Amino acid sequence: MGRYVLRRLIQMIPVFVGATFLIFVMVYALGDPVSALFGDRGPDPATAKALREEFNLDKPVWQQYLLYMGDILTGDFGTAFNGEPVTALMDRAFPISFRLMVTALVFEMLIGITLGVITGLRRGRSLDTSVLVLTLAVIAVPTFVLGTTAQYFLGVEFGWIDPAVSPDARLDELIVPGLILSLVSLAYVTRLTRTSVAENTRADYIRTAVAKGLPRRRVTVRHLLRNSLIPVITYLGADVGTLMAGAIVTERIFNIQGVGYQLYQGILRQNSPTVVGFVVVLVLIFLLANLLVDLMYAVLDPRIRYA
Amino acid sequence: MPDQEQPPPLGAQEDAATRAVTVGAATPEPDAARSLWSDAWHDLRRNPVFLVSALLIVFLVLIALWPGLIASQDPQRCQLGRSLQGPSSGHWFGFDTQGCDVYTRTVHGARASIAVGVCATLGVALLGAVVGGLAGFLGGFWDTLLSRLTDVFFGIPMVLGAIVFLSMITLSGIWPVVLVIAALGWPQIARIARGSVITVARNDYVQAARALGAGNTRMLLRHITPNAVAPVIVMATIMLGTFIALEATLSYLGVGLRPPTVSWGVDISAASDGMQFRNAPHILLYPAAALSVTVLAFIMLGDAVRDALDPKLR
Repeated sequence: MGRYVLRRLIQMIPVFVGATFLIFVMVYALGDPVSALFGDRGPDPATAKALREEFNLDKPVWQQYLLYMGDILTGDFGTAFNGEPVTALMDRAFPISFRLMVTALVFEMLIGITLGVITGLRRGRSLDTSVLVLTLAVIAVPTFVLGTTAQYFLGVEFGWIDPAVSPDARLDELIVPGLILSLVSLAYVTRLTRTSVAENTRADYIRTAVAKGLPRRRVTVRHLLRNSLIPVITYLGADVGTLMAGAIVTERIFNIQGVGYQLYQGILRQNSPTVVGFVVVLVLIFLLANLLVDLMYAVLDPRIRYA
Repeated sequence: MPDQEQPPPLGAQEDAATRAVTVGAATPEPDAARSLWSDAWHDLRRNPVFLVSALLIVFLVLIALWPGLIASQDPQRCQLGRSLQGPSSGHWFGFDTQGCDVYTRTVHGARASIAVGVCATLGVALLGAVVGGLAGFLGGFWDTLLSRLTDVFFGIPMVLGAIVFLSMITLSGIWPVVLVIAALGWPQIARIARGSVITVARNDYVQAARALGAGNTRMLLRHITPNAVAPVIVMATIMLGTFIALEATLSYLGVGLRPPTVSWGVDISAASDGMQFRNAPHILLYPAAALSVTVLAFIMLGDAVRDALDPKLR
């Protein structure tokens, strides 16, 4: 197990370097951070030159990237254009987005897996069909339409929630945004669990479990569910990264000042240190989540062992 | 990475073998043994989900090509005096904030959405199939290299990468959007194509072709591609719907298509800006409904095609 983890961690290094380098090139080579800093009016050439030297922008891109990565390894993510260290922005934004992501994941697991198991066991019945149609509808209507309409009806028309989330983003304020964020993935989790459960109900080990007289509940939970969850876990793991980054739309609608909000502001203002810093952390989270998923396999399926 | 090295189930092998006979033979399939494709087509013709979604898609493609067929007015001809007027007998969908006819704009919006979806999917499928297919076929060093390259692109979240890229370039129109979706979306297809090619390449008929002295090009084109392409086609069809939704999301965020272009994303974005739809729900409803129905049609088509091509569900 330990050796497998180590090997996977070493394999992650080139992927991490490649992904962050791509983003770095996009931001620093395609855009011009110095002229972005000055807005519409062109900068004074001498000042621009001094700034370029200060931030190493006069060097070739690969050198800039190495210098930047060197700084990051020592915990220095640079300074945002407003003079605040990027790490200070991260300290504020990541806990908020993390809470939002966890809320969404909880919805996905509770509602998605429950619906999936129920429909998978009752394939072809009317409940199954109606849930299937509902998931299709949820996948087809874009999140930003669902989000704005939910915000309008729940927040403005009925007044059940605040239309905008406060800067602290307490957990109870994040329930509706979390649900909206989770909806598309929730639909996929339902469909995935359904297919997986329906396939496994015909498996030999289920027939054995029933034949040896285990109670129905135990067969479903211990035998069927445990084996059916493997593809679902894979999906959820990959979803962690998507939820953190995909929250851009949800955070924009509900004015949640998390990672997506900071990134969006950073991108619009071409605030390069903020954008690259946040993306580097997001890529890392994404890769670690996928590693965690592979390790979960061994827990769920005893046949899989990592030497 | 724990690769799945088990041989495919017996049924799949037999199935692949019958497929090989019919695909390999130069004459079109004889009646006795139907190929995978004609078998799938046989199933599809009887599937109501497929028929409904295919009809819808044909209709959508028609109005994307010739919007004038059902909407004769100019989508850019707007009169501010009619701003936010509700639906009436002459103008069924009412007018938007700028006083443009919502019906005309909704019909004309199909073109941008469908064009982005189709072009991006073609790019993604081609790029993914070539990279993944070569990785699976060549194996060894090339497999490692191409798989890591796939991982690198897979590591960049799609919406995020698209926003960063699109906000940095100043070009307008559909091509930057198509390009960025194709550039970031291919790893998913590549992984599927690689797995599919590895499974097919292990089959006896491929080994037999190799033993008979077939070259790499012939192996790829005649024996492997026809048998490994089905999962790629299924995935691409499902992705087409999600790409159309992605274009609308990017337009909503202000980095996708921009106003002179008529698109559902642009109109939905304008309608939700500052909750303008609160007094005139029709300006949000119609473009959003058109978008949702289109996405739905492509996802349903993908589902139906997958069910027809997947021998496990027979």
